[in-house]
Amino acid sequence: MAKESRTGTPILLDRSPEVSASSPTVDQAIADHRHLPGALLPILHAIQDKLGFIPPDATARIARGLNLSHAEVSGVISFYHDFRSAPPGRHVVKLCRAEACQSMGSRALEASLKARLGIDFGETTRDGAITLEPVYCLGNCALSPALMIDGQLRGRVTAQWLGALVASLSGASPDEARPHASGDDATSTRKS
Amino acid sequence: MTTTIYVPRDAAARSVGADEVAARIASVAEARAVDVQIVRNGSRGMFWLEPLVEVVTVQGRVAYGPALPSDVESLFDAQFLTGGAHRLFLGATERIAYLEKQERLTFARVGLIDPLRLSAYEAHGGLRGLRAALAMPPRDIVEQVVRSGLRGRGGAAFPCGIKWRTVLGAESLPKYVVCNADEGDSGTFSDRMIMEGDPFVLLEGMAIAGLAVGAEKGYIYLRSEYPDAERALVAAIAAARQGGLLGVDLLGSGRAFDVELRRGAGAYICGEETALLESLEGKRGMVRPKPPLPALEGLFGQPTAVNNVITLASVPIIFDKGAEFYAQFGMGRSQGTLPFQLAGNVKRGGLVEKAFGITLRQLLYDYGGGSASGRPIRAVQVGGPLGAFLPESRFDTPLDYEAFAAMGGMIGHGGVVVFDDTVDMAQMARYAMEFCAIESCGKCTPCRIGSTRGVEVIDHIRAGRKSEQNLTLLRDLCDTMTHGSLCAMGGLTPAPVLSALQHFPEDFGASPGRKVL
Repeated sequence: MAKESRTGTPILLDRSPEVSASSPTVDQAIADHRHLPGALLPILHAIQDKLGFIPPDATARIARGLNLSHAEVSGVISFYHDFRSAPPGRHVVKLCRAEACQSMGSRALEASLKARLGIDFGETTRDGAITLEPVYCLGNCALSPALMIDGQLRGRVTAQWLGALVASLSGASPDEARPHASGDDATSTRKS
Repeated sequence: MTTTIYVPRDAAARSVGADEVAARIASVAEARAVDVQIVRNGSRGMFWLEPLVEVVTVQGRVAYGPALPSDVESLFDAQFLTGGAHRLFLGATERIAYLEKQERLTFARVGLIDPLRLSAYEAHGGLRGLRAALAMPPRDIVEQVVRSGLRGRGGAAFPCGIKWRTVLGAESLPKYVVCNADEGDSGTFSDRMIMEGDPFVLLEGMAIAGLAVGAEKGYIYLRSEYPDAERALVAAIAAARQGGLLGVDLLGSGRAFDVELRRGAGAYICGEETALLESLEGKRGMVRPKPPLPALEGLFGQPTAVNNVITLASVPIIFDKGAEFYAQFGMGRSQGTLPFQLAGNVKRGGLVEKAFGITLRQLLYDYGGGSASGRPIRAVQVGGPLGAFLPESRFDTPLDYEAFAAMGGMIGHGGVVVFDDTVDMAQMARYAMEFCAIESCGKCTPCRIGSTRGVEVIDHIRAGRKSEQNLTLLRDLCDTMTHGSLCAMGGLTPAPVLSALQHFPEDFGASPGRKVL
């Protein structure tokens, strides 16, 4: 299908990578970044920014597009914590496990959150609402404990606030689930 | 008359509601038909006061904080636009003791201005360093950095000027400047604050580095955990190209330097410079053996100056005010200032830029105000996850690279994480090994395997299984990791482990009621 667009690249595979629903996104990411020196990470980020994960069949397409081996591409995908090989839930909660957050009680938060969601790090709740991931420092260490929800940083997180967040993310539709801090309720993380 | 109000755009301030406060101020002002201009500045670095609202009054800038959206109505009622009394009133911002006693050189503009307006940057002393450097031959630029005494602020503290001299002397072209913005140490956020609060100073520092070593291309390798910094840098790079701070004709000089932003992917090891270079090249972030030095064979095999964000951001003032000005701060061979970061269980957490030589005790109590919990401070970890845990008996050591090294510590990137007396130091030692196991690149055996074995051995000790033998084994393992690892990840992971063991042996005792076999 996209064979013509890959002119000028030595073909190392004896057959074309299979085509799937994500292939146009993958091909676009390759086309947008392949001119960059060391283009692999920018390509993977572009794909994950769009799809939320790196589809399994992307590896062969990227390998072909960058003239790399399949092993080189999968090796990079598996090396970096950021790249997922399966789609995440509707929301991604990254809870900081690093020292500063530990000093402010993140271990207890982590335990209660895992118990409440019924999942461990790297897993998604059965209703597909929340994927829980560990993160090692968000640079919010003076406002520990910290977490990131769908790319938005939160500090001074309390168990109570986290409980409310989980309830809102699990119940509401994806668009409404952000914890808008328009009133006191959402800023209950403040120490008084 | 329009009143100017500052509400930070810093990610930490936003993490506790700065956006909502700014929005509420705008809507209340509109409802009351009051003319205000809201400027989103960087953070002043007093995070216990965030969101910190500042108002420009006839008496100067005054501050209110920490402000909730629900406080905004009452702030208007209290005439905060003219500095009226309110329970959140803090007085003139610059007179707040935490800020007043600092020596802000690198952070001179952070929190003061709109970080994305190049004109504001220039009006507050920006671009003067680059202009001065443009009039100098490369060798003089390098020697000025040498004379300033500036050492790498990322952690290793290698003299910046010496590194640049090596890159300048390398013959191969092209050369590169690489900014290490993979600030992964827990307890550190100064890089983030600069990138969000004064990104032009970093770009200016990189441009000067380019002139010094003969590079026309720079990369910023930014960790993916910092999306706010990424947005700020993207905007700042675009504005800098427009304003001649970057591009093919730096400030009309005919000299070229441009910067490309790259995002990391969640690997702590990529803060190690050779792993970072591998990652920039599109590979797994595996550590390279040294030599060759990156200064000679770095990015894509070419001579490369790899510097931390704070190092590069400290360069412009050295060219604006002179090497001697910068070198007069500090003590011994630790010259200049360091933006220390007070983090964790501390009452007044934030950024404290001071000359080297301040003691931990001053930082922890005079600035930090003790622990956040109100309990005694039992331990602090200085220098990130690879830094030693220090007990109170070490709090009077001056923060100076050599003095800290002499007592087995490391200043590193200047992060200070505070723990109160509820901390379990054996658990922290276990975490140090666990973190190393999670983040090891896997290239060398002591780090890859040693960290996993370390977790197991500490588990045995904590459970009281053959404690004596396992403590011996742990020390032996740490010795192997220290001396046998390829880089600081495996080489320094023993520092938190052994310091916890040395200073807090009581936490490693067998649990009561368990039989020690």
